[in-house]
Amino acid sequence: MKIFGVKIPMMYSLLIWVVLWEIVGQMEMFLVIPPFSGIVVAIIEMAQAENFHDAASLSLYSFAMGMLISIIVGIPLGLVMGKIPAADRLLGMWVNVFLSAPLSSLVPIIMILFGFGQTTIIVTVFMFAVWIITLDTCAGVKHINPSLLEMGESFGASSWQMYSKILIWAVLPEILAGLRLGLIRGVKGVIIGQLLVALIGMGELLTVYSRGFHMEEFWALILFLFAFALGTSWLISLLERRIEYYAGSRG
Amino acid sequence: MAAETSDTSAKAESIVEVRHLSKTYDGRVRALEDINLSFPKGQLTTLLGPSGCGKTTMLKIIAGLLEPSSGEVFVNGKKITGPGPERAFVFQDFALMPWATVLRNAAFGLELRGMAKNERNEIARKYIAEVGLTGFENSYPRELSGGMRQRVGLARALAVNADVLLMDEPFSAVDEQTRRKFQEDMLALMEIEKKTFIFVTHSIEEAVYLSDQVVLLSRLPGKVSEIIKAPKAAGSPDEIRRDKVYLDTVEHIWQTLRKYLEE
Repeated sequence: MKIFGVKIPMMYSLLIWVVLWEIVGQMEMFLVIPPFSGIVVAIIEMAQAENFHDAASLSLYSFAMGMLISIIVGIPLGLVMGKIPAADRLLGMWVNVFLSAPLSSLVPIIMILFGFGQTTIIVTVFMFAVWIITLDTCAGVKHINPSLLEMGESFGASSWQMYSKILIWAVLPEILAGLRLGLIRGVKGVIIGQLLVALIGMGELLTVYSRGFHMEEFWALILFLFAFALGTSWLISLLERRIEYYAGSRG
Repeated sequence: MAAETSDTSAKAESIVEVRHLSKTYDGRVRALEDINLSFPKGQLTTLLGPSGCGKTTMLKIIAGLLEPSSGEVFVNGKKITGPGPERAFVFQDFALMPWATVLRNAAFGLELRGMAKNERNEIARKYIAEVGLTGFENSYPRELSGGMRQRVGLARALAVNADVLLMDEPFSAVDEQTRRKFQEDMLALMEIEKKTFIFVTHSIEEAVYLSDQVVLLSRLPGKVSEIIKAPKAAGSPDEIRRDKVYLDTVEHIWQTLRKYLEE
């Protein structure tokens, strides 16, 4: 960011917004915008509160489980769809439908099927995260250097070796890109699922805080979630950069 | 007239036999038509022709990577149905795994056969040395020049100890100086390895310089137009390149290929 021709580092530009927020908050212009200092206090208090710990661990568990299933299902599905045209024709349509459909509207149905508990949240995370992982993996397989596959074939690779020793490694950059996008969608899935169920985890807390106009706590929780989503995707992007290093010269 | 040139005396010691081979793409494009060829054991045969004459197609059929539309390929007297351990392929674009080191790439054919790690690495190291890449075992392909990458591809093909090495324009993605050095090293390597090489190229000089036998293919549909025995001249690489027989053979092939270009 540049102000009056002076280059301002990222951290400072963030600071400007925080100061602006504090000013608006102190002026008490809007009920929903408390001073930022209040939010910071709320974050510190929240970090020690039991109900936050419970909500966080519950949400993290649902998120982790949902992501795990997404990876276990998404990557093999993408590999198969990329390799076998018939599978792509059969399943490609559904993957694209689920990828672009407003999945939030499906959550009530998931709720009917899986009840008001954690299972619904896990399924919601799965539904949000899996398709982009599948699609990216599939696209990666389709763009793989064909002579790498011929190489495997000519040196007598079994089809298991073809997948485990060549394909998955060649597609790793795309898989990781899919995983990063999947994680961000997964975080959305946890929150949307819990908000709609409104009885468990972060969703319960968010509902309680917003209905009771506990704005400091509400924003504290939101900022925490933002930080979590950005943090995890940043970690994946670090991994991606490492992989790019090896896979950099494709072919 | 050409098919007869592969005389019956050579047949006894031929390792690869191609019989009535035809390949048609999509039922329309005739890439190869009724090819009959024998490849003598322990020699280097080059498939040479204008681009689009189906020479790479033929090589890939011999490798078992493509199915012929009709006709058969015999290796060591057995009809082939797919890739096999008696044949190894060297790829035009190297086909190295970018995520693996030179050592693992070179040992990959053996890894696929389930050979123990120590054993296969030892063999791979030997061939890495043979192609002149000692010291680069732990480098990654992206750290190597094109010529060095192709040496890894060659080491990988040698390591599986196949009888026949199939090379698809192996030097075409390599700059001219490296190419010459590589060709000279190839000749030296052929002395040590005593394998059968089938080589695809579009370079006349390269074909004559390296080959015992040059197969000239005509344009689509690819047919054998002439088989030229190219007796290798003795002497240093530079002497060969100035040798009269060498130059005459190059000229002869050029005059033949020229006809196809003018057609």
